[in-house]
Amino acid sequence: MLTDIANQFWAEGEDIADSKAPHVDIDKVWKTRQFSARLVNPANRRKLSVIIVGTGLAGGAAAATLGEAGYNVLNFCYQDSPRRAHSIAAQGGINAAKNYRNDNDSVHRLFYDTVKGGDYRARETNVYRLAEVSAAIIDQCVAQGVPFAREYGGLLDTRSFGGVQVQRTFYARGQTGQQLLIGAYQQLERQIQAGTVKMYARHEMVELIVVDGRARGIVTRNMLNGKIESWTADAVVLATGGYGNVFFLSTNAMGCNATAIWRAHRKGAYFGNPCYTQIHPTCIPVHGDTQSKLTLMSESLRNDGRIWVPKKAEDCTKDPRQIPEEARDYYLERIYPAFGNLVPRDIASRQAKNMCDEGRGVGPAVAEKQADGSVKQVRRGVYLDFSDAINRMGQEAVANKYGNLFDMYQQITGENPYEVPMRIYPAVHYTMGGLWVDYDLQSSISGLYVCGEANFSDHGANRLGASALMQGLADGYFVLPNTINDYLADGPFRPVPANDPAVVEAVNSATERVKRLLSIQGTKSVDAFHKELGQIMWEYCGMERTEAGLKKAIGLIRELREDYWKNVRVTGVSEDFNQALERAGRVADFMELGELMCIDALHREESCGGHFRAESQTEEGEAMRHDDKFLYVAAWEWAGEGSKPILHREPLVYKAIELKQRSYK
Amino acid sequence: MKLKLRIWRQAGPNATGQMVDYHLDGVSEDMSFLEMLDMLNEQLTAENKEPVAFDHDCREGICGMCGVVINGVAHGGSATTTCQLHMRSFADNATIEIEPWRAGAFPVIKDLAVDRTALDRIIASGGYISSNTGAAPDAHATPAPKREADRAFDNATCIGCGACVAACPNSSGMLFTSAKITHLAMLPQGQPERYRRVKAMVAQHDAEGFGNCTNIGECSQVCPKGIPLESISQLNRDLVKSLFKGDGK
Repeated sequence: MLTDIANQFWAEGEDIADSKAPHVDIDKVWKTRQFSARLVNPANRRKLSVIIVGTGLAGGAAAATLGEAGYNVLNFCYQDSPRRAHSIAAQGGINAAKNYRNDNDSVHRLFYDTVKGGDYRARETNVYRLAEVSAAIIDQCVAQGVPFAREYGGLLDTRSFGGVQVQRTFYARGQTGQQLLIGAYQQLERQIQAGTVKMYARHEMVELIVVDGRARGIVTRNMLNGKIESWTADAVVLATGGYGNVFFLSTNAMGCNATAIWRAHRKGAYFGNPCYTQIHPTCIPVHGDTQSKLTLMSESLRNDGRIWVPKKAEDCTKDPRQIPEEARDYYLERIYPAFGNLVPRDIASRQAKNMCDEGRGVGPAVAEKQADGSVKQVRRGVYLDFSDAINRMGQEAVANKYGNLFDMYQQITGENPYEVPMRIYPAVHYTMGGLWVDYDLQSSISGLYVCGEANFSDHGANRLGASALMQGLADGYFVLPNTINDYLADGPFRPVPANDPAVVEAVNSATERVKRLLSIQGTKSVDAFHKELGQIMWEYCGMERTEAGLKKAIGLIRELREDYWKNVRVTGVSEDFNQALERAGRVADFMELGELMCIDALHREESCGGHFRAESQTEEGEAMRHDDKFLYVAAWEWAGEGSKPILHREPLVYKAIELKQRSYK
Repeated sequence: MKLKLRIWRQAGPNATGQMVDYHLDGVSEDMSFLEMLDMLNEQLTAENKEPVAFDHDCREGICGMCGVVINGVAHGGSATTTCQLHMRSFADNATIEIEPWRAGAFPVIKDLAVDRTALDRIIASGGYISSNTGAAPDAHATPAPKREADRAFDNATCIGCGACVAACPNSSGMLFTSAKITHLAMLPQGQPERYRRVKAMVAQHDAEGFGNCTNIGECSQVCPKGIPLESISQLNRDLVKSLFKGDGK
């Protein structure tokens, strides 16, 4: 059975392994690696250059830190300023094993929670290191002036997040990502002023330059005037974020895209676990078909808000305040008494979907096409209710904790959440998959490093809340700056002239692509194609996946992609500020990535974390893993256009943690 | 909803711009302002006309990339970002005028998009605490009083959108500059460079061609994050004190 699908959709490759993590006890791996990694002396760092793409928590922190160390850094972003990277939108907080609460927290517990939360599909050594450096991140940020929430004694406040039973999440109201990013941005600007970092905003990476098997540069399109330029350096770092926008509607910023990592993938970088997508349970429901993006309501709301739907479907149209307590089903508290409303995101999302599928959703009914072709009216929303918290703490205390989130909700929906329960529904939020990297964060291309959400490494099949900020900053401040030196110690590498065949090839390929997109002059807009792709992905590769659905999706995506290159209409010219053209290039890459996501989801015949295959569930409807067959990272190799991607497996080895079926009951 | 839109169209930095009229039908009141512009752009694309260029990214009011003047007021005057403004704030058959930020220090790039890199250069001139990665003491080594920490936070919420500049008759960037100065001045970690910082940032602010503050207060009115005018007073107090300190230029 498996072989049939395999023959049809992918080719088998050799197993791979991380070769960088030393084989010692888990608590000594990072220290041992730091000692074995070769150093570059400060005088020699001036002779070395590093390109960093992206200025979010991972990229901005890495650029500032490598600049401080004395390397020549070239930093690129597509926004008009490095301060706008989408890390800025993270709301809830950042985890750290400080144990300031004396609640039995420790590096080991943070490590354990993260591996378990990721449903045992993350690489153990990477996660342990993440937990180890987490405490230093908080120190670093406080020293930079990040205004974390404090108690009256002047010490830092913390709160709980999903999937854990300790209070280890540091926060700055509902704007933690913003504050951490501004901290990194200020350090970055300081290095720009010092001349160690050169900043190129409104430059979008459109191609990777590989010379003699090493990543040596990138090609960018200057978004102000369309100029295609090449840049070379001794190493390249991609910190370009996730690819949730393949679904069109997501909580990502409008500009978030996969082009940088996808272009690198096409040049030889393996793509790890592309199907692992996080659907966040608490987002504002979709209002209509002109919607451009979805807005998240921080998971921190689940600390005090209670999630429920009516017990009876006939109550779903009533004013929620008129529904008595005994007619409400607080389903998460009912099904998972130990964790209640704070179960991990994948579980909370799937249960919300289940409630709505049962006909107990709330809010406006939307027409949905069923598998048999019929159309059914479904309400896609559940209540997130703060009336208990308001009675317990008072409205002012609730406003102090969540005020900006409540304001945002009211702004978007026109409803007052202090009076009427919020309505929420899951939405695409984060991608755990990304370019495959080893323990040093180096991809399968020498000299190409990948940090933050753009890599695959730390969250397994599901990321816990407040861990993305932790990983971005861990990679940027503490991991990459202590591993990339091992590679740069062999440099400086031979200079790459502008007429090097690899540079010429990359520049030409980028130029030709732009020309081709502009020459089609079809009838359908880029957004129209993007929406269609998003619908296919959400329907067949979203919260629930099946073999038949995924096969269908692959066919549909291939047809859509063919149509795209015949019928897309991109207005304007290349040598201009042309936003339609920018989007056109990104959507073209999403069309290819979407197919790989479906193939990965099809091949993984188990449920784990955010990847739920309907064929693989327990009697109670929980995700069922198959560790005997799928205890590995799927690292996909590009085999050329029209060729089947090649599957490499990196077996996952757990020495410090015992594999268990996840339970939050 | 039906709308009449009057939008500033300008082909490039050196081109002459003008207001152009458009009609848009079928707008829903649940749409955000930018989704309404998306709809217009889809319509223009269908007519094979060039869409309106405008900056935007997160569409949740935090990245600071969006921002246009709506009916003469930056971000439309609802003390939120343009992306968080929803069409239910407008009447059916309304005429809406949409223009870019107008300030000498923010040259127009195209249509509604402007160049705000001057704000980055103000931060680069001193809007930071010099603390290299790895050099930090334990986070609890220095407690910070909650009142000051909260005030630091209130100022740190600035998103750098530039609405304050667009709203100011002098095109002053003082609210932006003072927010960063107050944020860092309220924290114990910000003290060592406090007075150097204010001198350097104000000098850069002036060098970028922003005007001076004359206490009009339009900036704070349109600020999506409610940065108060008293932050500018804080800047001025620190600037005066800095003149008596030998530190910095």
